[in-house]
Amino acid sequence: MNLPVQVVVLWSDALLFALTAACASFAWWTRRQAVLRAAWVRVGKDPVAMAAATVLAVFVLVGALDSLHYRARLPAQPGQPVHYAVEVNSVLDALLAPLRLNTEKTYSAPLATRLFAMETLPGSNERAFPRLVYGGAHLDAALDGHDGDVVRRTLTGLGGGLLLWLPVFLWLRKKIGAGDTVKNKANNAIAATLLGIFLLTGVALSLGSGYHVLGTDKVGQDVLYLSLKSIRTGLLIGTLTTLVTLPIAIVLGLMAGYFGGWIDDVIQYLYTTLNSIPGVLLIAAAVLMMQVVIDTHPDWFATAAERADARLLALCLILGMTSWTGLARLLRGETLKLRELEFVQAAHAFGVGPLLILRRHILPNLMHIVLIALVMDFSGLVLAEAVLSYVGVGVDPTTISFGGMINAARMELAREPMVWWSLAAAFCFMFILVLAANLFADAVREAFDPRAS
Amino acid sequence: MLAYILRRFFYALPILLGVNLITFALFFVVNTPDDMARMQLGVKRVTPEAIEKWKAERGYDQPLIWNAAAEGSAKATKTIFFSKSIRMFVGDFGRADDGRDIAREIAVRAGPSLAIALPTFVLGLFVAIVFAMLLVFFRATALDFGGVILCVALMSVSGLFYIIGGQWLVAKVWHWVPISGYAPGLTAVKFLLLPVVIGVISGIGASVRWYRTIFLEEITRDYVRTARAKGLSEAAVLFRHVLRNALIPILTGVVVVIPTLFLGSLLTESFFGIPGLGSYTIEAINAQDFAVVRAMVFIGSVLYIAGLLATDVSYTLADPRVRLQ
Repeated sequence: MNLPVQVVVLWSDALLFALTAACASFAWWTRRQAVLRAAWVRVGKDPVAMAAATVLAVFVLVGALDSLHYRARLPAQPGQPVHYAVEVNSVLDALLAPLRLNTEKTYSAPLATRLFAMETLPGSNERAFPRLVYGGAHLDAALDGHDGDVVRRTLTGLGGGLLLWLPVFLWLRKKIGAGDTVKNKANNAIAATLLGIFLLTGVALSLGSGYHVLGTDKVGQDVLYLSLKSIRTGLLIGTLTTLVTLPIAIVLGLMAGYFGGWIDDVIQYLYTTLNSIPGVLLIAAAVLMMQVVIDTHPDWFATAAERADARLLALCLILGMTSWTGLARLLRGETLKLRELEFVQAAHAFGVGPLLILRRHILPNLMHIVLIALVMDFSGLVLAEAVLSYVGVGVDPTTISFGGMINAARMELAREPMVWWSLAAAFCFMFILVLAANLFADAVREAFDPRAS
Repeated sequence: MLAYILRRFFYALPILLGVNLITFALFFVVNTPDDMARMQLGVKRVTPEAIEKWKAERGYDQPLIWNAAAEGSAKATKTIFFSKSIRMFVGDFGRADDGRDIAREIAVRAGPSLAIALPTFVLGLFVAIVFAMLLVFFRATALDFGGVILCVALMSVSGLFYIIGGQWLVAKVWHWVPISGYAPGLTAVKFLLLPVVIGVISGIGASVRWYRTIFLEEITRDYVRTARAKGLSEAAVLFRHVLRNALIPILTGVVVVIPTLFLGSLLTESFFGIPGLGSYTIEAINAQDFAVVRAMVFIGSVLYIAGLLATDVSYTLADPRVRLQ
């Protein structure tokens, strides 16, 4: 077969899509549980939560597009077998091809037309700021009308965004109809958030076709492209880690709480010991050792992308192995309480086996705790990635991540004038992602926690 | 009380042994010393002699856990496990890659770490409790709502940005304090001011919210209603009754941290060039100095366990009803 592309499924992609499928089946299961469904309906009526969920959905969409990987087919030589490029790209890379490929020589400020650093111009001894290759290339030599062009493009972008948003807005309005004011409020929040996103995207698209909207970094890569690529790394660390945490925490927590005795002692000893090692140090030690393994076995990985992917997964695994203790302790405590309740005692008296009791009677009653822990952990993990990358025990240096962006930009703060745009971009994207996750997590906790009023 | 502390001390031993085993497994079983040597010397150009020399310099040229070639008790002691892991119990951490004694280095560096971590901790606790009390005092008003939103926003900013932003604004633009550095004695104050303030601000969002929840839970209790019914002012109720009764949950989260203050903060110390244990750890991680990282892991867990013990003791001080047996 001579497909134009060869589909590449990295391990992290597969796990991410497996996780998505698990979430979908969890949602389907929830629909039949009256209590859980009621809680989700409560989340759905909270305007702040719905606005946050909209923002999160956009981030997830970007991350998902960035998780569909392929290798492009190289131009065919007659009589030769088909070859595919070594470089692994994602659908997002293809969509953002202009941003990815239009690299400048080095730093340039947002919307700039000239490089950030002086250079000796060819054919003369004068030092000046050379024109950018792509940023503002459509302008004439004197750069007349740069400001006018920026304003025009911004307005076009805003107008385009508004035009695309209107049908969505009308559809949302039509769907709920008049009357239900609570639901209206939530839907208005969604519509308003979408308006913001559409306008920003419109402006970014319209300006991005002629300029580097957020500037370029040291090797001339577009900062907007780097920021969008970082989203996948952040999402992966935030979600795949919980994939490691959940099974360990659930199995050990339930076993310790239900069986008691020596099983309880062993599990308690296990998590007290793990817990007593300061988190960052344990992670650092484990990552250092993992680096040794990866560095001494270069033959395990076919491409650089695979090696970076393995390192990302190993980081998730290490983060998960070190962070299950809190949830396990919580689940153990709750299981201890549930075990004494009448419906569990009754099941026991009827001769139902312990595994079935745990699965059918205890686990469903702990799902709200698991869910709350899951959403609460996410934002912390996204933040942890940046810190770990700074410490030097984060993702592979070739993986584009918020931590890597901050780390690279930090070196340039001493420059005069300052290179601020990389930091500002990483700050904004991270802040919006984490804030949305925090607000959504709060709403979920409020809706699911039986103690909350 | 003393008997209780002694017994807790003996309970801690198996946990420390467990920590020891985990670090031993991480550092010596996952990768053999040969792998580590190859990694540090560079994977490509490396001779067996160079590896042997590297191992001999660090004392890694012994068997892992059982030395069959040695005589008598030396069968167990002339091993990596004994000389590198068990010796940590008596404070012997060996030497770093630069040849310095790790135990002495830790003793010297704990001072600067504490000089930052202690003021940050005390000031942070004070500020967080005061703000949380304020929010509870004005509960269910716009001030409370705005305060909570602000807390969530503050929580959503990475600690890196607080440090970078603070350094840029206060030290670079305003020139109020030096950007980084450290000096012993009283001159340290000008170097410590900024890191302490940044440390307090970066932790404030999460802790104010946490204390607010604790206080709000406490405020629904019967004794609060009684106190109000007998005509006490709201301020008196909050500061005299609620604060005192909320001490137990507060202590649970707070006391355990105190011993680990010695470890300092990785980020703050490395950004501000403070020669404490945090920057020591970061340097060791970047230089892949395994001996130092191993020592820090062990010390960290000793301090954490000390914190757990201190928490239990502090309960009896805060609440006379708690008795330890």
